[in-house]
Amino acid sequence: MSEENKFTPYMRKDRLPHIFCPGCGNGTIMNAFLQAMEKAEMDFDNIAMVSGIGCSSRIPGYMNCDSLHTTHGRALSFATGLKTANKDLDVVVFTGDGDCASIGGNHLIHAARRNINLTVICINNNIYGMTGGQISPTSPKGSFGTTAPYGNMDAPFNLAELVAAAGASYSARWTTIQIENLVSSIKDGLKNPGFSFIEVATQCPTYFGRKNKLRTPTAMAVTLKMNTVFKSAADRMRKKDLEGKIVVGEFANSQRDEFTENIERISEEKFGKKTLINSAYEEEL
Amino acid sequence: MRTEIRIGGFGGQGVILAGIILGKAASIFDENEAVQTQSYGPEARGGASKCEVVISDSKIDYPKVQSPDILVAMSNEALIKYIVDLKDEGTLIVDPGTTDIEDVRDFIDQHNIKVYEAPATKTANDEIGLKIVANIVMVGAITKITGIISENAAIEAIKDSVPAGTEEKNINAFNAGYNLV
Amino acid sequence: MSEEFFIQGNEACAKGALKAGCRFFAGYPITPSTEVAETLARELPKVGGSFVQMEDEIASAGAIIGGSWGGTKSMTATSGPGISLMQENIGYAFITETPIVIVDVQRGSPSTGQPTMAAQGDMMQARWGSHGDYEPIALSPSSVQEFFDFTVKAFNLAEQYRTPVFVMADEVIGHMREKITVEDDIEIVARQMPEDKDNYLPFKNVENGTNPMPAFGQGFNIHVTGLTHDERGYPDTNDPETHHELVQRLCDKILNNKDKICSVQSEECGDADIIIVSYGAPVRSAIEAVQKARADGKKVGYIKLDTPWPFPEEQLKDLASNASDVFVVEMNLGQMYYEVERVLGSNANVHLIGKIGGLMPTPDEILSEINKMGGN
Repeated sequence: MSEENKFTPYMRKDRLPHIFCPGCGNGTIMNAFLQAMEKAEMDFDNIAMVSGIGCSSRIPGYMNCDSLHTTHGRALSFATGLKTANKDLDVVVFTGDGDCASIGGNHLIHAARRNINLTVICINNNIYGMTGGQISPTSPKGSFGTTAPYGNMDAPFNLAELVAAAGASYSARWTTIQIENLVSSIKDGLKNPGFSFIEVATQCPTYFGRKNKLRTPTAMAVTLKMNTVFKSAADRMRKKDLEGKIVVGEFANSQRDEFTENIERISEEKFGKKTLINSAYEEEL
Repeated sequence: MRTEIRIGGFGGQGVILAGIILGKAASIFDENEAVQTQSYGPEARGGASKCEVVISDSKIDYPKVQSPDILVAMSNEALIKYIVDLKDEGTLIVDPGTTDIEDVRDFIDQHNIKVYEAPATKTANDEIGLKIVANIVMVGAITKITGIISENAAIEAIKDSVPAGTEEKNINAFNAGYNLV
Repeated sequence: MSEEFFIQGNEACAKGALKAGCRFFAGYPITPSTEVAETLARELPKVGGSFVQMEDEIASAGAIIGGSWGGTKSMTATSGPGISLMQENIGYAFITETPIVIVDVQRGSPSTGQPTMAAQGDMMQARWGSHGDYEPIALSPSSVQEFFDFTVKAFNLAEQYRTPVFVMADEVIGHMREKITVEDDIEIVARQMPEDKDNYLPFKNVENGTNPMPAFGQGFNIHVTGLTHDERGYPDTNDPETHHELVQRLCDKILNNKDKICSVQSEECGDADIIIVSYGAPVRSAIEAVQKARADGKKVGYIKLDTPWPFPEEQLKDLASNASDVFVVEMNLGQMYYEVERVLGSNANVHLIGKIGGLMPTPDEILSEINKMGGN
């Protein structure tokens, strides 16, 4: 037996083994998250995770904290309610490109607009893995999926830029290749008292790879690495030359008013009341 | 005894508030029952406005006004549109400044309608110096003419319904209306 | 001690929610329910509660489920188009046993229909709107006072049975103003925090009681999922037994308590040949119709369904055992009518007086339908 992973204590051991395919990036990203969480000196017991539907949304189910595995695309609306009801919780959302950019796209931009203090890890594998390889709103133009047998005709969303434009106070993109940068961004996101969005471009050898002649995890990793351009370099490149590239770096990092703080401020300033927590358990309010 | 009242006017005249005051006076401050309803929808966004109140000394089941005993018209459009529902020998109260009673003279004669003129808008302007209290002047006139709510209940309901700080002006408006007829 | 108010139904609903301990509202503006949101937007900050105007009704339903697991009694209010959008998340609340209250002030439908006019066209959507098997609780108020009382009751039932509860109002009751009396000592059901962190099972069957529900952040580290799950909350989607047990238990916790949940009000049913069954605003006309019919010497009574769901079939059977004809009065083209027909159809002729168009049926319209039957 190999040595136990140092993050195993954070896991629900009775739920292992997990359902992720060999070569999937989810494990790497879970590791990165837990490293970042330790670096940020977060209290794991105070973390609540929320997710929608898809491969990435299964991650909270393996973590030994309170976790809300919700409906497809709606994780951010559930998380908005959870965080508003108890703003002392550190709420982390795991989502995917289909979950948050397609069916949940409206919730994504509104959560960013509100700058509600959530940390969102968006695992972008450019495809629907759970349902078997259909194209997503981030599938590159010309890529193949079971619902794009002749190649995807649509232009993809650039999620980190979209979320920054929608008002998030922190937004970044990395790939599963730049682990140190990723850890550092998740750490910054966890500490940022506002809406933090960390997009991770990842490999899905099972479906994206199989449909796009990148069958092995290694082939996918090499492609990810080859296509990566750092934002500082990308800023000096022509738009045409950036087609098909993955621009990595920070797209937003500036503080502004946070949503649940604003709610409490109105209660306090106008009526001298703090926002109640766990009031459902009180017989008299 | 069930009494049905309909108040019609333009948007912005406060006919809804007038109806709420009647209902509140009857049900909270007199010992009667009351239900107030009003028109919603595109017609309530501008132009015409309609408010209805049922007042009774016993429980009110069917809550809507079908054929009013009392019609209060604060616009000519409302007068013409709603007079046809008024009961025979019913009471019509109009603001002569905003209506022309001659337009409905035939109906009044045929149905033995009792007509009262309460120049609410003019009184609000001249005596209170505030056109917007015409509705409260009209509440005063309705109270005096119909006796459907008591004077005291009306005053209490006005105090309870108008913005803080405007109570005195509104009660003056009520009194002015009460003394009009 | 008590207080009196002359207010709209929608305001009374908001007041009831506050009284019941609701401290989180998430919603989206929609006629004719908007005054519920507007009132709570004004009042919640005064009592340390939170109001959020969400981006749509799907998000509103999601947010209140999140709010409930966050430890706060939570509610949304909407009308037909919004209720349609919320259905998937309402199903999630059923399978995850999340107490929430959903208020539907019904309007002319389908689609955008008649935003400012009354209807009762969403009754079957409250029953069957989300996919799969579940047993909803729905309350229908017939007065402004009942809109207050039933909202309080909806929160209490939601907590007692750890389940979503609907308040199925209509535009008439939502918008009209009447006097309500708010008593000081209203019974409120508080949520129970489980005690034993190590052995707590969030989705365990609890005979004759409610499985306590922890809030997130209290150290219970529970997993809540809309997937079929075992009593720990862990997904188990391929075992037929697990699924059957879960769904059956969720239905049974309501069905086995029907005698406590179901509520009807009735008058003059004892000797009645003819009974009018109704709920919501049309009850007001039914009562007046019964009074007029009795004054004419006709043996007519009425039954008012306080809880259309679960359908109070035992109460109906008892009250209507001697009636030869039953008239169901509702503002749709036949929804609860089929339930009444199912329950009473073998003993009585069940007729529908279904009115759409936006106006509630009048007492005379009901009487004339009844009179048509006798040929007089």
